[in-house]
Amino acid sequence: MRRDRLTFAMIFGIPLMQIILFGYAINTDVRNLKTAVADEANTHLSRDFVSRLNATQVTNIHSRVTTVAELEELLRSGEISIGISIPHDFDRRVADDTRAAVHILVDGSDPTIAGIADQLRNIPLSFDTAMPQERTSVIEVRPYYNPERRTPVNIIPGLLGVILMMTMMIFTAVAVVRERERGNLELLINTPVTSAELMIGKVLPYIFIGLVQLAVILAAGDLLFDVPVRGSVLDLYLAGCAYIAANLALGLFFSTAVSSQFQAIQLTFFMMLPSILLSGFIFPFDGMPKAAQWIGEALPITHFIRLTRGIMLREASLGDMPVELIYLVVFAVVAMTAAALRFSKRLD
Amino acid sequence: MNPNDLAIQARGLSKDFGSLRAVDRLDLDVPRASIYGFLGPNGSGKSTTIRMLCGLLTPTEGSANVLGIEVPGDAGDLKPRIGYMTQKFSLFGDMTVLENLQFIAEIYSIAANRRAQRIDEVLEHYGLVGQRTQFAGTMSGGQKQRLALGCAVIHKPELLLLDEPTSAVDPQSRRDFWSNLFRLAEAGTTILVSTHYMDEAERCHRLAILDHGVKVADGPPQELQRNTGMNVIEVLADDPYHAQTAISELPIVASVTQLGIRLRVLIPESVDDALQQVQRSLTNRNIEADSHLSNASLEDVFVAVTLDTQQRAA
Repeated sequence: MRRDRLTFAMIFGIPLMQIILFGYAINTDVRNLKTAVADEANTHLSRDFVSRLNATQVTNIHSRVTTVAELEELLRSGEISIGISIPHDFDRRVADDTRAAVHILVDGSDPTIAGIADQLRNIPLSFDTAMPQERTSVIEVRPYYNPERRTPVNIIPGLLGVILMMTMMIFTAVAVVRERERGNLELLINTPVTSAELMIGKVLPYIFIGLVQLAVILAAGDLLFDVPVRGSVLDLYLAGCAYIAANLALGLFFSTAVSSQFQAIQLTFFMMLPSILLSGFIFPFDGMPKAAQWIGEALPITHFIRLTRGIMLREASLGDMPVELIYLVVFAVVAMTAAALRFSKRLD
Repeated sequence: MNPNDLAIQARGLSKDFGSLRAVDRLDLDVPRASIYGFLGPNGSGKSTTIRMLCGLLTPTEGSANVLGIEVPGDAGDLKPRIGYMTQKFSLFGDMTVLENLQFIAEIYSIAANRRAQRIDEVLEHYGLVGQRTQFAGTMSGGQKQRLALGCAVIHKPELLLLDEPTSAVDPQSRRDFWSNLFRLAEAGTTILVSTHYMDEAERCHRLAILDHGVKVADGPPQELQRNTGMNVIEVLADDPYHAQTAISELPIVASVTQLGIRLRVLIPESVDDALQQVQRSLTNRNIEADSHLSNASLEDVFVAVTLDTQQRAA
């Protein structure tokens, strides 16, 4: 144990760290969903409803707009998960049993959020005893982008990120250390090849392989599960390029840090769990505590899943989500530079 | 010696790994266009020295001038001018012989129009024409070694560093390998080769014997054999075991080595009647043996110069 401190850390440190991290972070009791309100009625009653909604803490109203179209735009760009639309004749509709008084527009690309929106229907409109208490049709929930609520539609854009990450990172994580084990590296570093050339040479072919994989997953998603790509395929491939590069660069960085292929694979697995659990792939991002969200924000997969869900389901373009793409590019460049710097052309 | 005639000049080169001193204040003068050997057992600092000289390891102390370039320093200028062959086969086993050569040629930026011709030359010189499409990983030890040498010289380096190049090949391949080395040296290449084989060391123009990181002898092999400071007595005995026991008891004896039924006995030159003393000790014990003075072999030189450190260890 004393001789292999990394394994020692893996035995005790990693399970402990992960159980603490995920125990706190995984929370299906989601609160603070980003919400916008379009209150066209703006009456005493409607304002009362909105404040009651806010009091549940499920929603976190951070913007107010005037029309339903604006709500839809915010939803599409991923800025909100829930839009509350209150029609101008709200007061009258409340009294009318046949018509819904409030529409809740929900981003159906995340199944948990869609489920939570359903629960919002149980909020009483008013404590006014004059109002009938047992009405259920006052609030109507409209799940956008996945009206049939099919699981594959939610899962496959996220799976894209998980599968690419798994394959890409392992490719490069073992790349340098394998050559070190086989002895190829000692030969290569004695040639005029520079560190940067070596690193880029390790990454470029795999970007191509990653794009092929992306195509395979998309085709399978379309043929087997009927998952659409509503936005631009080119946008999706551009996002894919940045994400693949980010993962390859991270893998390469790992490869320069470890001393055996076994350790390299351990490290990639160490990355897998937070990437699946903290990226919003399974559990909604907004439901996690702040600290877990920061970790999630640092992972490339979080940004990639936002992009794929946006482009594939919400018909968003890269222009709607520039920050996500920029993060991926910056991540790739930083990890690549770190790998090239760490990889010195020396053995000591 | 004129510094311009030296390919490598090292002064006080040392390397520590933690508390272990792998190379200890090594001074080295390697003349151009010659084969210079490093002889020493495993762990004597041969590989470490070679790696320091080509910039793979940073010396803890001291410095060297390799082909006019200071080490430690920017090894970038040095790399295109040296060839390096690792102890372990380090080419790509899943590429063919030709692909390996093309790859290495490309790395060394050999101009595209001359590349094919140079590769053909190498294939021809190192007897690999028949193997050009064979995967490097499936070749025999001797073929792999020829390919490794071919790759190491494809850019016609001025200095060739070979780290125990023949440890994995049969004697015939070793002979062929050495005739290749002589041809390269003839053509002006300086070759630094490490080995733990005495017969190989004997072929070098000059030799440094390393022991526990310290250079204990340096010079042409023949000169080293003449100047051991020891008388070598060869004893032929039917019962070498008892003969060895008897001789070892003599306080003047520095070392006794058994080679089959022969014993090689080293006794310092300062002892005048060495042969007589040995013969007397054998007759006293009624051991039949034929003893005579002999010329020092390189192995005797090696034993003689490493005696000090052995005694210190004991």
